Amino acid sequence: MQSFTEAFNLASTLLLEGNKELLEIVFLSLKISTLSTVIGCMIGFPLGAIIVVYRFPGRRFTILMINTLMGLPPVVVGLGVYLLLSNAGPMGNFKLLYTQIAMIIAQTILITPIVAALSRQVVESLYEEYEELFNSLLITKASAIFALLWDARYSLLTIGLAGFGRAISEVGAVMIVGGNIAHVTRVMTTAIASETAKGDLALALALGMILISITFLVNGCAMWLRASKYFSNE
Amino acid sequence: MKRYLYFVFGISVLLYFVFTNIDDEQDHIILQATTSTDNSGFFSYILPLFEQDTSIRVDVVAVGTGQAIKNAKNGDGDLLLVHEKELEEQFVADGYGSKRFDLMFNDFILVGPVDDPANVRDADNIYKAFEKIHQKRAKFLSRGDNSGTHIKELKIWNEAEIYNLSIEQEWYFESGSGMGATLNMAVQNSAYTLCDRSTWISFKNKSNHTILLADTKNLINNYGIVLLNEDKYPKLNHSGARKLSEWLLSKKGQSAIEGFKVNNQQMFFTQ
Repeated sequence: MQSFTEAFNLASTLLLEGNKELLEIVFLSLKISTLSTVIGCMIGFPLGAIIVVYRFPGRRFTILMINTLMGLPPVVVGLGVYLLLSNAGPMGNFKLLYTQIAMIIAQTILITPIVAALSRQVVESLYEEYEELFNSLLITKASAIFALLWDARYSLLTIGLAGFGRAISEVGAVMIVGGNIAHVTRVMTTAIASETAKGDLALALALGMILISITFLVNGCAMWLRASKYFSNE
Repeated sequence: MKRYLYFVFGISVLLYFVFTNIDDEQDHIILQATTSTDNSGFFSYILPLFEQDTSIRVDVVAVGTGQAIKNAKNGDGDLLLVHEKELEEQFVADGYGSKRFDLMFNDFILVGPVDDPANVRDADNIYKAFEKIHQKRAKFLSRGDNSGTHIKELKIWNEAEIYNLSIEQEWYFESGSGMGATLNMAVQNSAYTLCDRSTWISFKNKSNHTILLADTKNLINNYGIVLLNEDKYPKLNHSGARKLSEWLLSKKGQSAIEGFKVNNQQMFFTQ
């Protein structure tokens, strides 16, 4: 395929010459997705642990809901956030539509259920091991949650990365709420979509390659971090 | 526990600083525009010229005409630049917009595979060409997304007295996507499609497709600019929107539009 080699050459030229527009888009993608991952994790981790430790009515239903929301289609999230933030919508006064904050809100909604559901699974297996210990030590449920999360930190890192991967690769939600505005809300995925629309398949593919390389790098760093921590602990 | 709270607090402070920095307070307007203008690179050519003169930043949201009008009705744009005159006039008549101006024009064209199975090249006008496509049951790809181009296409079928296209499943297809995505599909499936000239000229994946029929008399493509109603939408940036529309309609703006070329071809014309 000729377009693959063309795209590969284009991707390396763009990166090597440090194309300003490209760097801007890459940086914005990282910024938006990192922020939404951080917020999503801050909500999702404790939520996942709370569901494990506390027994409350509707707990099973909550688990079912969170598992269902893991498969939320980004376009639906985008549409929902659009209706919410639109000037005709309930939060129109804040003037957030077509801003980076809107994109962060959408991505956070998208990944929080993923983070919560996965961390529930991880924490649950850990809790089965610890439950008797906690009971015998009369540890409060709140501190049990923090202990569990702390002990599961390396698995949680992987979960955070799964959330990040989802956030940085989705296009449906940020396209609607961000509007793909040049220099303001254009991220890698929306740029790929608009270059495809212009028929510039080589450039679109080049951007896709750069996106994959970034995800590769991020995951590589996390893997390295995890490995080195494990060794230092033992 | 304390450690976690410190951590959360630290992150929150960080987030606060990032968020307060995130959207600068520079005077800017949101322009709801059609994909056809954006895909051609028109805005990255013309807006820097405007920004030089006024230091107002213009944020372009490029969607189909139908969607752009809907967004503007919700108050999600300060200015509207679309290409479906009747809808624009309706928009003003319904009290959403305050005034509509003719901005520029070019034309629609019929593109299709070079071998031209329905032989539309020899058609006298677009209506005859559509009749031929219908007779031959040659593949035709419609936008199907309520955009300006889609509405124009439907009007042509109507004028050619070909109805009930939704049941013509073996040759008439709807992409439901923007012009660029539709062209990509038409190229892959050797289908005919109606396209605005500016998107076609700047489109880079033409493959075996070419312009088969241009009919400037029947296929004029008018772009209009619509100001929004200040009483209905008091919170929008009307002064910025007025400045942009005045600039585009001024002698300077109009000659800048005339000067926009892709592959040495002029994309838009002014009256």
